[in-house]
Amino acid sequence: MSNAAIVDKRPSALRGASMPKWSPWAIAAGSVAVAIGISLVAGFDSKIQWGLLSGLIFLIATYGIAARVEGRRQAKDRIATGLVWVAFLVALIPLLSLVWTTVSRGVKVLDIYFLTHSMGIVADAQPGGGVYHAIIGSLEQVGLATIIAAPIGILTAVYLVEYGGRGRLARAVTFFVDVMTGVPSIVAGLFILSLMLIFEMEPFGFAGSLALAILMMPVVVRSTEEMLKLVPNELREASLALGVPKWRTILKVVLPTSIGGITTGVMLAIARIAGETAPVLLLVFGNRFINNNPFEGAQQSLPLYIYQQYSQSAGENTAYDRAWAASLTLIAFVMILNLVARGIARWKAPKSGR
Amino acid sequence: MDITTHNTTDAPPPTPQPTEAERKPAARGATRAGDRIFLGLSRGSGILLLVIMAAIAVFLTYRATLAISKDHGNFLTTLEWNTGVQPPSFGIAVLAYGTVISSIIAMVLAVPIAVAIALFLTHYAPRRLRGPIAYVIDLLAAVPSIVYGLWGALVLVPHLNGLFGWLNDYLGWTGIFSWEETAPRSMLTVGILLAIMILPVITNVSREVFRQVPQMHEEAALALGATRWEVIRMAVLPFGRSGVISASMLGLGRALGETMAVATVLSPDFLIHASLLNTGGGTFAQNIASKFGEANEFGRDALIASGLVLFVITLLVNGAARMIIARRAEYSGANA
Repeated sequence: MSNAAIVDKRPSALRGASMPKWSPWAIAAGSVAVAIGISLVAGFDSKIQWGLLSGLIFLIATYGIAARVEGRRQAKDRIATGLVWVAFLVALIPLLSLVWTTVSRGVKVLDIYFLTHSMGIVADAQPGGGVYHAIIGSLEQVGLATIIAAPIGILTAVYLVEYGGRGRLARAVTFFVDVMTGVPSIVAGLFILSLMLIFEMEPFGFAGSLALAILMMPVVVRSTEEMLKLVPNELREASLALGVPKWRTILKVVLPTSIGGITTGVMLAIARIAGETAPVLLLVFGNRFINNNPFEGAQQSLPLYIYQQYSQSAGENTAYDRAWAASLTLIAFVMILNLVARGIARWKAPKSGR
Repeated sequence: MDITTHNTTDAPPPTPQPTEAERKPAARGATRAGDRIFLGLSRGSGILLLVIMAAIAVFLTYRATLAISKDHGNFLTTLEWNTGVQPPSFGIAVLAYGTVISSIIAMVLAVPIAVAIALFLTHYAPRRLRGPIAYVIDLLAAVPSIVYGLWGALVLVPHLNGLFGWLNDYLGWTGIFSWEETAPRSMLTVGILLAIMILPVITNVSREVFRQVPQMHEEAALALGATRWEVIRMAVLPFGRSGVISASMLGLGRALGETMAVATVLSPDFLIHASLLNTGGGTFAQNIASKFGEANEFGRDALIASGLVLFVITLLVNGAARMIIARRAEYSGANA
């Protein structure tokens, strides 16, 4: 709080006493020391218990001292500040651990060989092998899904923003797009599976693409819709006033103005479906060999590769290493997509937008 | 933003029209054709989305009835999943219990922490750190679930022995936290992992909501002498309540349908365990992923039947979340 500067001035009648700025740090250091002391005396050996104890002592001490010096309201404020900081730091632990483990264990086997070889002649327990077939499969399935979902999604958003207004169809579409966003990926997989059971088809890559497209469409619709709404009405009206037909106004004025945001939305949607495992597991099935044809025969994909290396490895470390390396590859792919998408969004942001 | 005001080409005002129509009849005809095609395409896409949703419901129901009609157990209460034997007998009781319990654990753990982080990002963190931290949380929301699953199985599970032992020592008498020293691959583990996974989602949405709190409300509270916590309690939380609820329900929807993370972490069995710590149980999505490989066609239909139940549950949860959002739509940033 900004009261600290006034602390060493003469006490004023207008404001109560306040604690110096360094007091939270001092209390934190003190409570950690006390917690370690108690733990050593009582014989707690878990570091988690040490942490819990010091957090607890910190909160109690903060409240006690602040209530005495500054009053109860300020004490409550300090408790809230402490709790919020603690929550943030606690949440950081698993998230940092996830990133650290993936990177540190992933780089072990991640090299050019790993990226350019398949698992064709390598058993799960053996070292070697790679993810080439999985990358090919992922790129093809995700690419096909994008080709299907992006135009449909963008056109739907155009309908909602430019034509639909508050009509009944537009409201129904809006509602079901929202609901569709929450459809679990495995349900989309089961839907395509039910079609495949009816037509008695074997697993193949394009089936996975269809399920992924279902998952991708609502995301594209939502983001495109938001972007189209940001296009100033003056632009549309200026174009219409010049006698340009509405469809050309949309194609030549509205869409180019918001193309940056739309691209960002599509790329974020791609990043989302690239990590989907469940529908791929049901529909594409997995393959140790390179299969370049998404329309026939089982394929592999990166997330599915990770799952199979984990689940079929029977605890072999070589397989776990491959799973981590594939995870790192997948995360890198998703993160690069994210970063590029955000870069485009910043670069192409409409000047009058947010 | 009002979209309806500029529909001028579709329904032109009558008075100035005749002269223009006489001058350029061909151009007007082309305009109308182009407009009609484009409108048809975009409206068709919207309708296609509705058709897909309907088709999901119809085809899942069709395959599900095929399976349920041959079920010799009770689909809702049978505590086993035997689809490969004659007569087949399977039920969703265990799956429903596991799905609900693991999601509840995830919500209890994740929602308070997510709200706290959202408050941290909007009100507590040093100003320079806010952008980068929010950015990192955005990226964490994009980490694929299978990676969370791998991390959960290989890193989180070994670290939970201590926690489980502690819970058993001090809270084991409740029955909920008693532990038979089995591997910590239980419902609580799943709940913790799901909490970690949905944390970024709930945080992101809550942060957006808290950022939209009118500056005036906060400044008014500050001017009355409120402390920062009082500002949050009196101005920020009441304004953001419905947003936080809908964010939580979006997170809940994700937790309910999560497949791979649960499948990698849980050691499933088909029993309802009173204790959250003992290995076993299952969820809808996890059961589908684990049983799919060995299932014959009838087994797959049975799995589709359980998937239909999951579909309906997530539909209800997400629909409810959207209703809550829609009710406060006039406050949302999209219309600001």
